Amino acid sequence: MDQSTPPAGSGTIRVSVWRSTGPGGVASGEGRFEAFDVPRQPSQTVLDVVTHIQRHLDPTLTYRFACRVGVCGSCAMVVNGEARWTCRTHVDKVSQDGTLEIAPLRNLPVIRDLATDMSTFFDKWARAKGQFSGSLTRKDDFAVVSPLSAERQQVDLGIECIGCGVCYSSCDVVEWKPDYLGPAAMNRAWTLVNDTRDEARRERLAAVAGDAGCHACHTHMTCTERCPKHLPLTSAIAGLKRVTTRALLKGEL
Amino acid sequence: MSAKAWRNRNHPAWWAFIVHRVSGLLLAAFIPLHFWALGQALSGEAALDGFIDWTANPAVKVAEFGLVIALAAHLAGGLRLLMLEFLPWRDWQKSLFAVSVAASIGAGLLFALNIG
Amino acid sequence: MSARTQVWLWFAQRASAALLGFFVLVHLATMIYAVRSGLSAGEILARTRGNTPWMLFYVLFVVSVAVHVPIGLRNILAETFAWRGRGLEVTVLAIGVFFLLFGLRAVWGVYAPGGAP
Repeated sequence: MDQSTPPAGSGTIRVSVWRSTGPGGVASGEGRFEAFDVPRQPSQTVLDVVTHIQRHLDPTLTYRFACRVGVCGSCAMVVNGEARWTCRTHVDKVSQDGTLEIAPLRNLPVIRDLATDMSTFFDKWARAKGQFSGSLTRKDDFAVVSPLSAERQQVDLGIECIGCGVCYSSCDVVEWKPDYLGPAAMNRAWTLVNDTRDEARRERLAAVAGDAGCHACHTHMTCTERCPKHLPLTSAIAGLKRVTTRALLKGEL
Repeated sequence: MSAKAWRNRNHPAWWAFIVHRVSGLLLAAFIPLHFWALGQALSGEAALDGFIDWTANPAVKVAEFGLVIALAAHLAGGLRLLMLEFLPWRDWQKSLFAVSVAASIGAGLLFALNIG
Repeated sequence: MSARTQVWLWFAQRASAALLGFFVLVHLATMIYAVRSGLSAGEILARTRGNTPWMLFYVLFVVSVAVHVPIGLRNILAETFAWRGRGLEVTVLAIGVFFLLFGLRAVWGVYAPGGAP
């Protein structure tokens, strides 16, 4: 915690909040930052700060949240330049010189203020063939997958994604190439590539290959740095690179 | 872009990317010049010597030092990328950027010491 | 350009990188060794003229460079200027051909016994 932020329970913190005038987000200049002074509270999260502003200072402020406990993935925002899950981010941890700057996620159109339209983000999960595709029916016996198998352990590494969009907002390649699938969609694809029950491997590899897919990743690892669930996203994309290249060399791509 | 937006990128792997990209661009610009210089030998040893004499200029020596660093950095950064892309991830790979920087500076210094 | 071709480019970039890893190590070592007593055309050409193993080394080096550089530049051009499509592919291919021919000319320059062919 930096010295100039008032301790919890005393004083106020100066918060700059993005107020949009268009869908472009901070980089486009379609809007401006508006300052609010918010009282410090013990164990105060960034979401608490935004909620305080909306309930007590300006009811027109628009933002999105649901569970408040880091499960639903709907409250991600850019806090002092870094995308974060605001419900699990303590003010103590992220304030600088007693200030907070809160902006909508990057790389997604702004609906209003801090709420972004996440359609593209989830459409890309579908484009990366993020749906399980099995062949068993309820008349068949259970598929047996050993928890110790290498494939199942790869799945374990990526399965806890909450779909918050922090990785997508942080990724430079998404910014440069708007059709790039992004880390979350490819992490999902990687968990399915490692799902031994899945039948759509070939189509999925074709969907994630090339310049709009895993091969555009430059291993910046910003997604992996920022993921609130600490998923090894860049490693999942590297896995897709290896598997698709092997498929290419075997003539299966 | 607001100054705070750069905080998003301030971590070792992103700096490794910038070093790789800048050194790569520098080398891509330099290599045709290098080919041209060696091509001087087609006009005989004297022509090549004429060019080498020009490189005795201190400014050129500084540029050469920079190019050796760029080459070593691109090599080390490239090996780092190949390991990250083709090997299963291990914790020690987080140190690869530091190792790359050390190796590049080492190669640059070795070149600088020998040049004098 | 099909996604398959893009994966081929990615693979060619990595394969050439692996080869270049070896070539550049040798090149750096030779360079650091060669500048010890100052560079001279006589010294360089004494090492390279008519030396077929070195010539083959440099030919493979040049070929790897001519594969590696254009693919890297293609990424940079596409990402920085949102440039894609036929114009980009033709430009990048031209850069590759230029690097290949100009590089082979340089190899011939230092290899050809007795200077000009």
